[in-house]
Amino acid sequence: MKAAKKKRTKKAATKKVRKTAIQTANDHLRGWLQSLAASPRLRLVDLTQTLSPDFPPIVLPPEMGQCRPFRMEAISRYDESGPAWYWNNLSFGEHTGTHFDAPIHWISGRDLPNNSVDTLPLAHFIAPACVIDCSPQARADADFLLTIDHVQAWERRHGRIAAGSWLLMRTDWSKRSDPVAYQNLDETGQHTPGPDPDCVRFLVSERDVLGFGTETIGTDAGQAAHFKPPYPCHYYMHGAGKYGLQCLCNLDLLPPTGALVVAAPLKIREGSGGPLRVFALVPAPHRG
Amino acid sequence: MAKAPMHARRKNPILRTPLPTLPPHARSRVALGLTAAAARGALELQVCRDCRAVQYPPREVCRACLSSRLIWRPHNGEAELAAETVLHAAQDLYFRERLPWRIGIVRLDGDANMVVYVHDSVGSAPCRVRVEAALDRAGEAVLLAVPPDGNADLSADPKLREMTCDPRGRKILVTDGKTAVGQAVVRALATAGAEMIWAGEAEPWKKIAEAATLRDLPQVMMVPLDVTDSHSVHELAGEIGAKVDILVNTADCHRTLTIGAGGALNAAQLEMDINYFGLLRLAKEFAPFLKARAADGPASAVAWVNVLSIFALSNYPPHGTYSASKAAALSLSQALRADLYTAGVRLINLFPGPVDDDWDQLELPPKLSPGALAAALVVALQGSMEDVYPGEVAQDWLERHGDNAKALERELSEGSQ
Repeated sequence: MKAAKKKRTKKAATKKVRKTAIQTANDHLRGWLQSLAASPRLRLVDLTQTLSPDFPPIVLPPEMGQCRPFRMEAISRYDESGPAWYWNNLSFGEHTGTHFDAPIHWISGRDLPNNSVDTLPLAHFIAPACVIDCSPQARADADFLLTIDHVQAWERRHGRIAAGSWLLMRTDWSKRSDPVAYQNLDETGQHTPGPDPDCVRFLVSERDVLGFGTETIGTDAGQAAHFKPPYPCHYYMHGAGKYGLQCLCNLDLLPPTGALVVAAPLKIREGSGGPLRVFALVPAPHRG
Repeated sequence: MAKAPMHARRKNPILRTPLPTLPPHARSRVALGLTAAAARGALELQVCRDCRAVQYPPREVCRACLSSRLIWRPHNGEAELAAETVLHAAQDLYFRERLPWRIGIVRLDGDANMVVYVHDSVGSAPCRVRVEAALDRAGEAVLLAVPPDGNADLSADPKLREMTCDPRGRKILVTDGKTAVGQAVVRALATAGAEMIWAGEAEPWKKIAEAATLRDLPQVMMVPLDVTDSHSVHELAGEIGAKVDILVNTADCHRTLTIGAGGALNAAQLEMDINYFGLLRLAKEFAPFLKARAADGPASAVAWVNVLSIFALSNYPPHGTYSASKAAALSLSQALRADLYTAGVRLINLFPGPVDDDWDQLELPPKLSPGALAAALVVALQGSMEDVYPGEVAQDWLERHGDNAKALERELSEGSQ
C-alpha cells in the first residue's frame, strides 16, 4: 500500500515536471508574442541565404563522407516534359545553405529524447534572439573567438540573456559574397569566427539558451577541430539538447534584443537538421 | 611543307559557316576489322592461316587458296608506291570540296595491292613508302602512304590533317584543370600549340597551389565549371560553347572503395555524378556546338576526349564503384561517339591503368605519371585514333581482355591486377 502510494507520487511528480517544461515553453511564447503585439509596428527580416548551386557546403577531407551541395534539375519548364508547368527535382545534404542543427546531429546528443527535427517541440521554433555584434573583431581577425567576457560585457549593456533564447553571433561574414572569401580556407584549414569552449559551456549551463546561431558554415569556429573538445559548440550545445543555426544573414538588421526568430526545420524522419527559411519579427522603435 | 598556322585566320562573319560532309563510310562487317585496328592506331591486315598470304581488301576467304581461316595480324606497312595520280573530279561531296587529292597504288611487301592516300612528303612513284592506317572524318579506316622513315606528321599535309585532331591553333576546353592529370593535360596542350585553353575550375574555395600556376600560361584561362551542376555546365556552354574546337573531359572522381565499405553508396553516387552524369551534362550542352562547327575552316571543331580508365573494361574490385562509374561512362561515350561522327567530330577515349596520383597510392608500380598520360593524349590528337591504352598496365589488360574477358574477371576478383 505504502509502496503503491510512493510509486503514484513519483509518477505524478514526473508528470508535473514534464508538464512544467512544455508549459514554460508555451508561456514564454505567449509572453513574447504579447510583448511583440504591444509594439505599434513590426518589421520582418529575412535571415536566410538563397539556396543555389553556388553556395558552398562544408569542406571535409575527400576520403570522408561529403555533404551534397544544393543541386536542381528541371522536371519540366512549360515544355514537352510538362506542357504547362515548371518544377524541379532538388538534391542536397541536410546541412546545406542556411540550416538548422538538431541535437541528434552530434554524438553527444544522440541518446536524448526528441532529438531529431521531426520530434522537436513546435514551441521551440519561435524564440527571442540575443544578437552579439562581433563584426569589428571578425573583420580584424578571421579566427576571432567569442568568450565569456564578451558575453558578459554584452549583458551589462543589454541585460541578462533570457533562458530559451537564441544566441546569434553577428560577424557580417554573410556579406562575403565571394564563396572563396566565405570559405576562407588555407592549407591549415578554415578560418572563420566562432565561440570558444568555455563560452559555449557558459551559454549552455549558466544561461540555458535555446541554441547558437552564426553567419558562417558551422556554429563552431573554422579551426574548432583543434579545440578541446573538438567542435565545442556542436559537442556541448547538442549534448544539452540545444540547437544550431548557421549560414544566417542580415543579423546586422536585428536589434541586440527584442527580435523573435522563426526557425522551423523541415519535418524529416530522424533528420539531423535541414535547410529552412529563418526570419525575424522585429518591433520597430517608437517614433519620438 | 608549312605547318598549319598557329592562329587561324578570322572568319568572315557575313558568310555562312559550311556544314560538315563525310567521306563514304559504308563498310562490310569484315572490313571493319581494319577500322578496329586503326581505332588503336595500328595497321592490321588479314593473313591466311593456311598459306600465309596477306589479304587486301578484307574478305571472307583467302584470295590464294580459298581457305576461310583468315586472321587479323599487325603489319609493318613496308611497301612500294607503284603508281600515283591526282584526283581532279569527284561526284562525292566530301572529295569534291577538297580536290585536288593525291592518291596512289602501293604494293605491300606481303604482295597485296591497295589504293591509298599519298602524303605530300612522299616522292614520285616508284619509291619506298610505309602504309599506315588512319581514321577519316567518318571514323572509318583509310590507308595512307607516308615516307618510309620516321614518324609521318599528318598535320603537315593539308588533306591528311583531316585525319587528325591536331591541337595546334585550336581552342580547347579542359573540363577540370585542378587535378594532377588536368594540370598535365593543360600544360601538354599548351606546348602542343593550342591557341586557347579554358581550364575548368570547380569548388574554387579548394585551392591547389600547382593548379594556380596554370594562370601564368598566356593561353590558359580558368573558368568556373562544375560538371555535377547542370546550371554551371549550361552557363559555360552558353559563354564559350561556340568557340570550343576540342573538349577534353578530365573531370574525374576516384574513391577507392569496395562495394561493401561504409559510405560506399554516397561515394559511388559522387563518382557517378562526375564520371557518368558529368559526361552526360557536358554532352547535352557542348556536343551540339561541336557538331555545328565541324567544318568551320582550318581550326574547326574536331574532337571530344574522355579520360576513362582501364577499369572500365573489367571491374577491379578494390576500386569497385569507380570501375562501375567508368564502365558507365564508356558506354555513354559510345552513344556520344555515334552522335558526334554524324558531323565528323571524333571521340577519343583514353584507358589509362593506375595513375601516379593520390587515389592510386596503394597500387604497385608501374603507374602512369600524369605527364605521360597527357603526352599520350596529345599524340592521339596529333595522330589518328580513337581508343588509347597508355602504359604497360593498360596494354596488358587490353591484351588479356581481348584474349579472354572471363579469365581477366577471375584474375581481378582475386584482388590482384
